[in-house]
Amino acid sequence: MAIVETKQLRKVFTDHIAVDGVDLATREGEFLVLLGPSGCGKTTLLRMIAGLEKQTSGDIVIGGSVVNDLPPRERKIAMVFQSYALYPHLTVAKNIAFPLKAGGTPSDQIEKRVQTAASMFGIERLLHRKPRQLSGGERQRVALARAMVREPAVFLLDEPLSNLDAKLRTSARDELQQFQRRLGTTTIYVTHDQVEAMGLGHRIAVMSKGKVRQLGPPQEVYNDPADTFVAGFLGSPPMNFFERNGATVGFRPEQILPKGQYSSQEPLVHLWYRVDRVENLGADRLLYGVLRDLAPDVKMIVNLPFTVHQPVTEGQAYEFSIKQSDLKFFDKETGLRVAPRPL
Amino acid sequence: MNAREGGRKVVHRSVIALFAIFASFPFAWMLITTFKKTNDLLDPNSFPFWYPKGATLENLRVLFEETLFVRWVGNTLFVGVVVVIITLLLAVPAGYALARLSGRFGEQLGIGIFLTYLVPPTILFIPLAKVVAMLHLQDSLWSLVLVYPSFTIPFCTWLMMGFFKAIPKDIEEAAMVDGLSRLAAFTKVILPMSVAGILTVIIFTFTLVMQEFVYGLTFINSGRNFTVSVGVPSFLVRGDVYFWGSLMGACFIASVPIAILYNFFVDRFIAGFTVGAVKG
Amino acid sequence: MRVADSENALARFLIAPALIYIGAVIGVPFVLSLWFAVSDVTVSSTAGHFVGLSNFRLALEDPSFSRALRNTFLFAIASQLVVIVLATVLAVALQKDFRGKWVVRLLILLPWVAPVSLGSIGWLWILDSIYSVINYGMDHWLHMCGPEPGKTPCPVWLGQPALAMSSIIIVQVWRTLPLATVINLGGLTSIPQDIHDAAQIDGAGFFRTLFQITLPLVLPILLVAVLFGFVFAFTDMIVVWVLTRGGPYDMTQVLASLAFFKGIDGGDLAGASAIALFLFPVLAAAAILLLRLARRSEVV
Repeated sequence: MAIVETKQLRKVFTDHIAVDGVDLATREGEFLVLLGPSGCGKTTLLRMIAGLEKQTSGDIVIGGSVVNDLPPRERKIAMVFQSYALYPHLTVAKNIAFPLKAGGTPSDQIEKRVQTAASMFGIERLLHRKPRQLSGGERQRVALARAMVREPAVFLLDEPLSNLDAKLRTSARDELQQFQRRLGTTTIYVTHDQVEAMGLGHRIAVMSKGKVRQLGPPQEVYNDPADTFVAGFLGSPPMNFFERNGATVGFRPEQILPKGQYSSQEPLVHLWYRVDRVENLGADRLLYGVLRDLAPDVKMIVNLPFTVHQPVTEGQAYEFSIKQSDLKFFDKETGLRVAPRPL
Repeated sequence: MNAREGGRKVVHRSVIALFAIFASFPFAWMLITTFKKTNDLLDPNSFPFWYPKGATLENLRVLFEETLFVRWVGNTLFVGVVVVIITLLLAVPAGYALARLSGRFGEQLGIGIFLTYLVPPTILFIPLAKVVAMLHLQDSLWSLVLVYPSFTIPFCTWLMMGFFKAIPKDIEEAAMVDGLSRLAAFTKVILPMSVAGILTVIIFTFTLVMQEFVYGLTFINSGRNFTVSVGVPSFLVRGDVYFWGSLMGACFIASVPIAILYNFFVDRFIAGFTVGAVKG
Repeated sequence: MRVADSENALARFLIAPALIYIGAVIGVPFVLSLWFAVSDVTVSSTAGHFVGLSNFRLALEDPSFSRALRNTFLFAIASQLVVIVLATVLAVALQKDFRGKWVVRLLILLPWVAPVSLGSIGWLWILDSIYSVINYGMDHWLHMCGPEPGKTPCPVWLGQPALAMSSIIIVQVWRTLPLATVINLGGLTSIPQDIHDAAQIDGAGFFRTLFQITLPLVLPILLVAVLFGFVFAFTDMIVVWVLTRGGPYDMTQVLASLAFFKGIDGGDLAGASAIALFLFPVLAAAAILLLRLARRSEVV
């Protein structure tokens, strides 16, 4: 159990800056997600914390001690790789036992601990198989078992679900979360999938171009974005943006409803929206269109849930309502969040 | 950690230096010897690594003007070029056929062709000597041209098979949908894409030709028709006296330049080799 | 469908020339050599007569044959054992990038790219009985020996049988090391970086990672390299021919060189074929082993 902190961590490669002055501090036992598009530096950041990559400048502190010059094995961390990195020539049992052997654990203890780790993930019957005989989900569990068998202070996970089929991913996500809550080990998790991030994390650090744009719990990052990048990255379909009176305004596709559907007590803003195309996805209807009066050149999406039965025809304009507080305003140049102003 | 890192670096560098010296010393030695005066060479107490009695170009002059060295180089080039052409004509299509022939038959055929590489010239040269004599190709460079592809084709077929397998089938299929026949898809689309592989085959074949010794020694008798690989060992020895200076010069000239050229293609060659060996 | 369109017909058409050539230039002579071995064919005779297995029997009774047989195995096994160790060490050392790596790689490849006969002549000069540069070093720097009366005579590298055999083995190692190294290097780099990272995180140090993770994973490729090297060494005659011509007194003959001298210098094609054919069982065994290895090595 330990807190991981990074202080002004930088990593500069010959042609670009991968991590640009990141200050981060996890909380005890929390599940922290590093979220961002590929190339944002999240994996480099994780690898520096692991000790696989040497930082250009800055400090890394794990459990109160500075670990800058320590090799990975002395940092009390365990890591699960995107490819799982199971040793192909060793059985599952030997894979899980490997860190214990390397750490000098006496052999009578090794067998017991391997069994415990295996049973925690339900893979006891696989102990004598080799990795290539396992399915993707099974391999992932072996990787997790190998990671936790050493009882590390910190778990580092590098997109461990991205190699699974979509269907498997949801159940794997559920298991992963339960497992972490049960063990209570501080976990840092890297992903580009914002659904995963929202579902798993206690807090999310949204990264872009080597910097952390915002750090906060999922709901905060979603409803109170710090800038246009965070606002646009989270949410599917993504936030709609348009310019008005020198500011960038944004609202989420699901936050706007046909006038009259809204039963909220809060102040509402009414907008005319012309629907150009409808996609009926079953649980939702996606209305592709434009704000007829405010931004007729900007293509937008409105997401109507199944429960809203209002009929909608392509080519027609309708009046919609949105809560005033759901309109977010951003500075036109910097993209940073600013106070609301009248439309 | 820095002392340990530093120590490790020293060990690393020394190991590499040792191997590099072991590998290249004979060639460095060839180079030095080439310019040594004969009385310097034949004095066992003279410092070997420099020229206490002065350097000389005489050995090279003798090599180029008084021996058949230049002619041997020409012979080797001739055989090399023709064998490269033959190999390309036979191995490239065969490699393609093997890469695309689906099923076990194709795989087994591929392995079979590669295994012929294991029937060495040291078994075959005896019957081939008789065959060459019967065809009246004894002492002719054409005998070499005829026989050399036997060791260049199997390996180059396998090399090209690896290269072609790496090109996705989609591309040919797109070409066929666009109106080309399968054969035309091969010649007009795939081949231009495989220039790298073809270059590797050319260099590799040429190197193999340059290195060959057994057939050259068996089929060729007269000095005029030797290749470099055979001529230098057999001919630059007059009686019991070896003209070491010219000999070393010949060895150096015939080894090092092509090695430098070859260096650029090694990666490709190895990729083809290991892909085939591991994936079968 | 026309040939140009049908997949199978076209494939057969494209592969036919190569197959025909190989059949003619390898298959036919091989069968011929079998015939020669059971006949009394010589270089000058036009036809041969069947003599059964007498050539084989004669060979087995000849003491120089059994010595050549022993030498051939010694030569091949010893050289490849040394190569397997050295090639692994060198490949591991070459994994890391460093300045001037391409120069080192060029130098290390030289022994293999250069024509065998020419490289061997270079060694012939280095190992010369009088002018050997090694002897110079031993005389003038290490003061271990010298040609002058009163000093211990320096080794005659190619004159004494044991020394000559060792020298031949060393030259063969020198020549095959580059190929084995490069193949090993290819195997090493095909191990995904993730596995090394995982081993680092799991706490394995340099040697544990090397012996428990890296080497087991490269082993299949390593074995292929060694098997090839063994086959090349087993069937080689060039190094022996250049360095010692099989001497002194036929003590360093190997099967291939013995066959050469008998057949080409001596004219006895039948006897030479018989000798050469003793190579074949070992080659066939090597081929089978290679195939097994290739099948089994889908580790990753």
